[in-house]
Amino acid sequence: MTTFATEIDRSVLEALETMLLIRTFEEKSAALKAAGQSPSMCTSVGQEASAAGVVGALASHDRILTNHRSAGHLLARGADPGRLFAEIMGKSTGYCKGKSGSLHISVKELGVVLTSTIVGGELSLAPGVGLGLSMAGSDAIAVVFFGDGAATEGVFHESLNLAAVWNLPILYVCENNQWQAYVHRKETMLTDYVSQWVLPYGMPARTVDGNDVQAVSAAAREAVDYVRTQRKPYFLETYTYRLRGHMEPDDQAYVDPSELASWKRKDPIATLEARLLDNDAITPLQLDVMKARVQAKIEDAAAFAIDSPYPSVDELLTDVYA
Amino acid sequence: MRTITVDEAMTEALAEEMRRDPSVITFGEGVATKGYKLAQEFGTARVRNTPLAEGIIAGTAAGAAATGLRPVIDLLFAPFLTFAMDEIVNSAGKLRYLSGGQFSFPMVTISRTGAGWGVGSQHNHNIESWFVNAPGLKVVMPSTAADFKGLLKSAIRDENPVMFFADIGLLYTTGEVPETEHLVPIGKAAVRREGTDVTLVSYAKTVQTCLDAATVLEVQGLSAEVIDLRSLKPLDEETVLASVRKTGRVVIVHEASGMAGVGAEIAAIVAEKAFASLKAPIQRVTGPDVPAPASFPLEQAFVPQVGRVVDAAIKSTT
Repeated sequence: MTTFATEIDRSVLEALETMLLIRTFEEKSAALKAAGQSPSMCTSVGQEASAAGVVGALASHDRILTNHRSAGHLLARGADPGRLFAEIMGKSTGYCKGKSGSLHISVKELGVVLTSTIVGGELSLAPGVGLGLSMAGSDAIAVVFFGDGAATEGVFHESLNLAAVWNLPILYVCENNQWQAYVHRKETMLTDYVSQWVLPYGMPARTVDGNDVQAVSAAAREAVDYVRTQRKPYFLETYTYRLRGHMEPDDQAYVDPSELASWKRKDPIATLEARLLDNDAITPLQLDVMKARVQAKIEDAAAFAIDSPYPSVDELLTDVYA
Repeated sequence: MRTITVDEAMTEALAEEMRRDPSVITFGEGVATKGYKLAQEFGTARVRNTPLAEGIIAGTAAGAAATGLRPVIDLLFAPFLTFAMDEIVNSAGKLRYLSGGQFSFPMVTISRTGAGWGVGSQHNHNIESWFVNAPGLKVVMPSTAADFKGLLKSAIRDENPVMFFADIGLLYTTGEVPETEHLVPIGKAAVRREGTDVTLVSYAKTVQTCLDAATVLEVQGLSAEVIDLRSLKPLDEETVLASVRKTGRVVIVHEASGMAGVGAEIAAIVAEKAFASLKAPIQRVTGPDVPAPASFPLEQAFVPQVGRVVDAAIKSTT
């Protein structure tokens, strides 16, 4: 029992550190933008438990498709924050040589295969990735991250239907963050949960508290196991909230302050820290050490990106055709 | 050499490439039903029917292409491509570049268009130039059965997304096609008839219109050279320019409407690079900027006919 508890604690502490890394990275990104040292980007502040919980449940040979709000997924997958900052800044050391910028970063070596910033684009690509894995006879699965906004695109329904009909090994992860750019979800859909739309397509659909990394992690492990063994799609909705604006900077004047305040009280990082401190799973000193370690890593990463060169203009014309 | 239809040539190309490379798969609306012989030979894992949803067909092809497969998708009629624009243009065309070259998208998108069946403008709309304007894509539109086979095989082997436009009016025309391995390189035009007085540049169904016009012009004492572009992107500028430098006159003919069409690009290239050789203004004979009608006489009036090409050639020489 002791060993079991220790293992759980370790994985939770790892999840906490991943969430801190994402939060620190994105807040640094926003600060760099505010200081005129970086172009704008979309953050996932408030949604870190979804990224850490789901990506933490994957195997190294699984594939990830993501979207314009991708830093959390990439960092949880082990991406180098220095190369991510560099990509956002359009530097040659970025994962895509600066050609993507923040919006469509993919990292082949980490299995982050396709990223589309066209909302819903990742949903249209996912069945093909699942088909490729399936036909190769691999036990790998494809995980596709998208939001409640993408769920209102027609291709969401096309994607789910095809994945169900063709038995494709895809884990659909809808990060329902309540915002579709500058429009509240309640203006665009009558149900609270996207999962309510999914069951008729013929796949399991479940909504989980997206601000509780332990709940996300447990649900994701079950979902991943289902997809990997059944070779069929599964739909997991992480119900969460986008605490910052659509893109930096954003004064969030359109956000109901009481709604924002209520979700800030459910901040996934503060919630987990309090739980771990209460349970003596971590001491205040250990937590401070962890935060200092993350902060130092992000400062080093930002310095690396700032010091990195821009690509040569010759790069303009390369990589168009294979 | 035996004679087969364009439709047979395309099926033969696909079957040969599927035999050669197990990563080639094909799917689309009715692909396994109408291509039941392919399904019988290669199985329903590689030959698939799909829901009637072009966006997800094209997106699935792009995702599969980035994951080790070489999909050939059939979206039936070119106007249906509008449902798949994001997947073809934003994903397949751009994600290689945006990823800094990490991924490639070897996929072929087949669609049909053009006058001949009276299907009206939601099945017949020559939108090939839209895709010429999209970075990362290649675009071919052949005119002979041999080229349909050879270009389709090359398209399947290409590491990039290739748009393969089939002119409806040509599908059941016949032509000689080699029985041995036959590949036609993408990006190389063909000189269908040599001449010295005027260059007629075209592609797809109107290549034959130009050849017929050349016969008429010959009677009138004018020697016309006929160039079949075959590939619209990449475009074989050199073959066009070499001909114009020889003849000094050029008439560009295509069924798609003229404004910002392929002919406008050819005209610009000729004006930029062979202006000194021109003895007369560049002429264009194209379809009008109207939706293609269904009614037979209206549809025929839409398409460039021999008389219009002859008139334009004579105008350029007088």
